Amino acid sequence: MESIIIVLVGILTSVAIYLLLSKNLIRIILGTAILSHAVHLLILTMGGLKSGTVPLLGENAERYIDALPQALILTAIVISFAVTAFILVLAYRVYQEYGTDRMDELRGSNDEQ
Amino acid sequence: MKLINLVVLPIIVPLFIGTVLLLFRKSLLAQRALGLFGAAATLVVSLFLLAKVAEDGIQVVTLGSWAAPYGISLVSDMLSILLVATASLLTLLVLWYSVYSLGEKRELSFFYPATLFMLTGINGAFTTGDIFNLFVFFEVFLMASYVLIALGGERIQLRESMKYIIVNVVAAALFVITIGYLYSITGTLNMADLAVKLGDIGSMGVISTVAIMFLVVFGIKAGIFPLYFWLPGSYYAPPLPVLALFGALLTKVGIYSITRVYTLIFTTDVAFTHDMLMMLAIATILFGSIGALAYMDVKKIIIYNIVIAVGVILFGVAAFNEVAVTGSVLYLIHDMLVKALLFLMIGVLIFITGKTNLREMGGLIRHYPVLGWTYLVAVFALAGIPPLSGFAGKILILQGGLEGGFVWQSIVVALSTMVVLLSAIRIFIYAFWGAEKSFNSPPKAKYVNRMIPVVILFVITMGYGVFIEFLMPLFQATGTQLMDSSLYIDAVLGGEK
Repeated sequence: MESIIIVLVGILTSVAIYLLLSKNLIRIILGTAILSHAVHLLILTMGGLKSGTVPLLGENAERYIDALPQALILTAIVISFAVTAFILVLAYRVYQEYGTDRMDELRGSNDEQ
Repeated sequence: MKLINLVVLPIIVPLFIGTVLLLFRKSLLAQRALGLFGAAATLVVSLFLLAKVAEDGIQVVTLGSWAAPYGISLVSDMLSILLVATASLLTLLVLWYSVYSLGEKRELSFFYPATLFMLTGINGAFTTGDIFNLFVFFEVFLMASYVLIALGGERIQLRESMKYIIVNVVAAALFVITIGYLYSITGTLNMADLAVKLGDIGSMGVISTVAIMFLVVFGIKAGIFPLYFWLPGSYYAPPLPVLALFGALLTKVGIYSITRVYTLIFTTDVAFTHDMLMMLAIATILFGSIGALAYMDVKKIIIYNIVIAVGVILFGVAAFNEVAVTGSVLYLIHDMLVKALLFLMIGVLIFITGKTNLREMGGLIRHYPVLGWTYLVAVFALAGIPPLSGFAGKILILQGGLEGGFVWQSIVVALSTMVVLLSAIRIFIYAFWGAEKSFNSPPKAKYVNRMIPVVILFVITMGYGVFIEFLMPLFQATGTQLMDSSLYIDAVLGGEK
C-alpha cells in the first residue's frame, strides 16, 4: 500500500514540477498547489498506512495509529491554503499592473523603477 | 518572581502587540507608537532572557507540559538568545528609521504589524527546539515578509514579490518533504531527540541525503551558492527599511538553521556533509565577490555583500571546531548589525541624491560630513579592520579554518575581505569624493531625523567591535554549547529541574 501511494506522490510531484516550469502564472500557482498535495500525501505515508485504527484508545489498545503525521498535515494544509490565497491575489494585482500573466514578460530590466 | 516562561516572551510580545495594532489601522500615531513599543518591549524581554541564559545555562520550556520528545520544546541556548536579542534591537532601530522615511501610505497599510509578526516568526525560528515547529515559524515570518515585500504595490515590487513567493513556496514544500523523510527514519521531530537517535544509528547514506536536503532548503533562505539566484532581484524591490530588515534578519535565519542542524543533528558523517558545506561556502564567497564588484548600483553592491558574508559565516560552521564556530557566531552578530547599518546609510544616501547609480553621485562629503565619515568607518567595520566589529569574528574563523587544515579555503576567506573593502569603499569614493553632482538637497531637518537611528546603530556596532573583549565569555559559552551537543540534549531531555 505504501509503495502505491509513494508512486502516486511521485506522479503528483512530476505534474507539479511540469506546471512550475511553464511560463503561465496561473499554471505555476496550480503547480505549487499540487506540489503541496504531493507533500501532504508523502507525510501521511511516512507515518505508515493500514496498520491501525484511531489514534488513542487508552493504554491497553492493541492497535493504534501514529497521530503526529496527521497533526503535521493539518498544519501544513492551513499554511499552504493561506499562501495560495495570498499568491492568487498577488497574481491578480500583477496582471492588473502589467497586463500579462506570462513569466517571461515579467523578467524586467534593472533600470526600471 | 520566577519567570519560568521567559523563553516564550520574545515570541509572544511582538505577536500580541502586532495583533493589537491591527485594530488601530487608521491612526498613524498609534501605529508608530505601538510599533516602536512592541519592538522595544521585545528587546527588553530578550535582554532579560539573555542575562538568565548567561547565568543559568540553557533554558527550556515544553509547551503544555508535554514531556520533551512528545511535546514541542522551546529552547533558548546562547546562540539562539544572542540572535533573538540582536534581531529585536535591529527591528526597533529600523522601525524608528521608517517612521521618518517610509511614507504615510505604507505606514498605514499594516507595515508595523507585519514587521512585528515577522519578528515573531524570526524569534520563534531562533528559539524552537522542534524541527516541524521550525517550519511553522519559517512560514510565519515568510508570510509577513510576503506582505512587506509587496507593500506599496509599485510595479517592480509586484513583479519581484511574485518570484520571491514562488521560490519560497517551493522551498517550503521541499522542507516538508525533508521533514517527512526524517520522521520516517527516526520517528521523532524533537531536535535533541533527533540528535540522540541519529547518533545511535551512526553514519548511513540516507541520513546524509536528508542532511544535504536540509542544506538545500535552508540554503535557499540563506542565499548560498547556487541557490542565491533569487536574492539580488527580490531584495532590490522593497523600500529601504524593509530591505534593511530582510538583509539583516531573513538570510540569517537560514544561516542559523544550517548551523543548528549541522552542529546538533547531522554530526555523524562530517567528512561528507561538512565538506559539502565547505565547498558551497567557498563558492558563495567567490560568486558574491563577483557580484559585489560588478555593479555600480549602491543597493546591489551591499546586497551582494550579504552573499559574501553568508559564505564566510558558513565557512566557520563547516570547519567545525570550537574556535571557528565561535568566530562564526561573532561574525554572524556583527554582520546583522553592520548590514542593517549600511542599508540604512544607503537609504539616507539615496534620499539625499534621489539616485541609486554611483556614476551620478559625487562630492557629498562637503555637505554631509557626518554621513560620509560614519559610512567610511562602517565600511572598515564591514571589512573587519581592527579594532572594529568584523575583526574578532573573522580572525577566529580563519584561526579555526587553519587549525582544521583548510588552508587554501582560509586564504580565499581572507582575500574576500579585500573584495568587501574594495566594493564598499567604491561607494565612498564615488558618492562622497570627486566633483559635485546635482542632488536633491532635501531639508536639513529630515536628514537629521533619519540620521538619529543610524548614528545610534553606528555607536552600537562600533561598541560591539571595540568592547568585544567584555562580551567574549558569552561567545565562548556559545561555541562550547554548539560543539558539545550533549549540553543541549541534556537540557531538553534531561528531565525537569
